[in-house]
Amino acid sequence: MRFSIYRYDPEKDAAPRMQDYDIELDPHDRMLLDALIRLKTVDDSLAFRRSCREGVCGSDAMNINGKNGLACITNLKTLKEPVVLRPLPGQPVVRDLIVDMTQFFAQYHSIKPYVVDDEPPPERERLQSPEEREVLNGLYECILCACCSTACPSFWWNPDKFVGPAGLLNAYRFIADSRDHDLEWRLDNMQDPYRLFRCHSIMNCVDVCPKGLNPTRAIGNIKSMVVKRAV
Amino acid sequence: MVGPVHKLAVGAHYGGWDWLVQRATALVMLAYTVLFIGIVLWNGGLSYPVWKSLFANGAFRVVSFVFMAALLYHAWVGARNVLMDYAKPTALRLALMIVVVALLAAYAGWTVQLLWGDA
Repeated sequence: MRFSIYRYDPEKDAAPRMQDYDIELDPHDRMLLDALIRLKTVDDSLAFRRSCREGVCGSDAMNINGKNGLACITNLKTLKEPVVLRPLPGQPVVRDLIVDMTQFFAQYHSIKPYVVDDEPPPERERLQSPEEREVLNGLYECILCACCSTACPSFWWNPDKFVGPAGLLNAYRFIADSRDHDLEWRLDNMQDPYRLFRCHSIMNCVDVCPKGLNPTRAIGNIKSMVVKRAV
Repeated sequence: MVGPVHKLAVGAHYGGWDWLVQRATALVMLAYTVLFIGIVLWNGGLSYPVWKSLFANGAFRVVSFVFMAALLYHAWVGARNVLMDYAKPTALRLALMIVVVALLAAYAGWTVQLLWGDA
């Protein structure tokens, strides 16, 4: 199978280049990550992140034939040759397919990604009704692979100020949580013209999310809450 | 020494308001467009006498002014969105925003002149 892979080592190379590989695959190699691991036995200088190899950890997000996705859950049969692999767009490259996710996680942390409850702890658990729990479906499943945020032009232009689809999906996950008591701060945090309102609903995030989530809908719900509070 | 701070300055509170007003002004423009097309169709097409009598009506001039005001505010939010994405240095962004505001204010003045000035 033929691959064209982005190679760049900022410490050695003057500029990034695309390197072609042609490799015989084993019949058991089914996912793109299997092929990458096999490629690494041929060229051990090729660098990429991977961990769980089953679409749960979010480590092996990359740009596959022009679309962000997880290598471990992308079936090789679905890919057109040569398979063009690039790092996630818009992020500083550490090496080859590995990008620096510092800014992405800084945005995630900026939305207080945890339940805030200053009340004294109850004797037993903080319970939710099945209906309250149901609200979190489609929100809590995010694995923070950054496929969505790095596919978003608004995040490309303002990664330091715009929270990005992944961060905003998680912001709504805690806004929606019945156990959270910090709604006022959370909505204040979204009033800024950059942090939430750089989203113009182009829905690249929905298109690429490997978990089938819908950040645009979550963002729409935050916007509705901001409006509801103001008028 | 007192120098500038290189912290990220975020937290302006007009984001939600402007987002809402952009949508509201879009609805105003849509309503006016439908009204205008309706009037033209009702009169069997657009001709000089139709146009003349339409704008002789004081109420229609006011409605037209509301449409233009909505258009200008809508344009302001949109133009500022573009500048926020692409004009990175703060001084440049501010300068371009001032140009846009001046231009839109001029259009507002021109609209008043056209609607209520001497024909």
